[in-house]
Amino acid sequence: MKARVHVTLKDGVLDPQGKAIANALGALGFEGINQVRQGKVIELDIEESDPKKARLAIDRMCDKLLANTVIEDYTIELNG
Amino acid sequence: MRGARKLKSAIIVFPGSNCDRDVKVSLAAASGTPPVMVWHRDRSLPKVDLIVLPGGFSYGDYLRAGAMAAHSPIMAEVMDAAGRGTPVLGICNGFQILAETGLLPGTLMANATLKFICRDVHLRVENSSSMFTAGYRTGDVVRIPIAHLDGNYHADAGTLDRIEGEGRIAFRYCGPDGAMDDDTNPNGSARNIAGVFNQGGNVLGLMPHPERLADAQLGGTDGMVMFDSLVEALG
Repeated sequence: MKARVHVTLKDGVLDPQGKAIANALGALGFEGINQVRQGKVIELDIEESDPKKARLAIDRMCDKLLANTVIEDYTIELNG
Repeated sequence: MRGARKLKSAIIVFPGSNCDRDVKVSLAAASGTPPVMVWHRDRSLPKVDLIVLPGGFSYGDYLRAGAMAAHSPIMAEVMDAAGRGTPVLGICNGFQILAETGLLPGTLMANATLKFICRDVHLRVENSSSMFTAGYRTGDVVRIPIAHLDGNYHADAGTLDRIEGEGRIAFRYCGPDGAMDDDTNPNGSARNIAGVFNQGGNVLGLMPHPERLADAQLGGTDGMVMFDSLVEALG
């Protein structure tokens, strides 16, 4: 089964990269941008085919390694 | 006399460590005993008085600075030793690794300027009652270099209040006169924090590099005080 993990900064955690992207977009002439927050996407291909078990396993992967839960939140998206 | 007491130390070497030999030179000079270099894949630690996690870019800072190294085989041993009270010093990438393991609170985010900063900064010694800082006086202003991209210390307000209340801030960024404000904060760190202790006081993580100003011929010795303090306390 394939899965996609979205790792984003928690609300309230400053995101200097997002701010720099917003500034760059403004400099390129894109108007009306209130805020940009950036994060990362991690794609996984795992053996597990049971969605419940897969979600549980990926949850553990996120807590242990994929996200730093001091500053980051994550969401898990399962595909097939 | 320097070198009169022996301090046995181990320096953990990760792929991408690049300050391991610098800290080895400083510790050998302070303690009169060369530290043991321990490869990250090893699963056992020699019996030592001090463990050092050096600066560098372990695993190329993949995923997050320190994230991969925090799960290196040797780190289980380091965490066990820290739990038993063995002193652990994490410098720069070593601090990032300790934060990733949870041995130290908070985390190190990208510098607020998004730029790599390599220059001397001034630090105010916030707590000189530890084995790492006993050679300084609380309130001393010292000059020590920083060299990092991810040194922006972050923790939630409750954690910051708690570690402040417990005297667990070791150093804060300041000006040459000790002034502390946004202008003297090089990387955006919460409350100008440059180094923190764990609850037991036997683990210190700091972003600045004491081993880089530990020889008068290299322009200063403010960093050597830390190594001398450790030898005095543990040797």
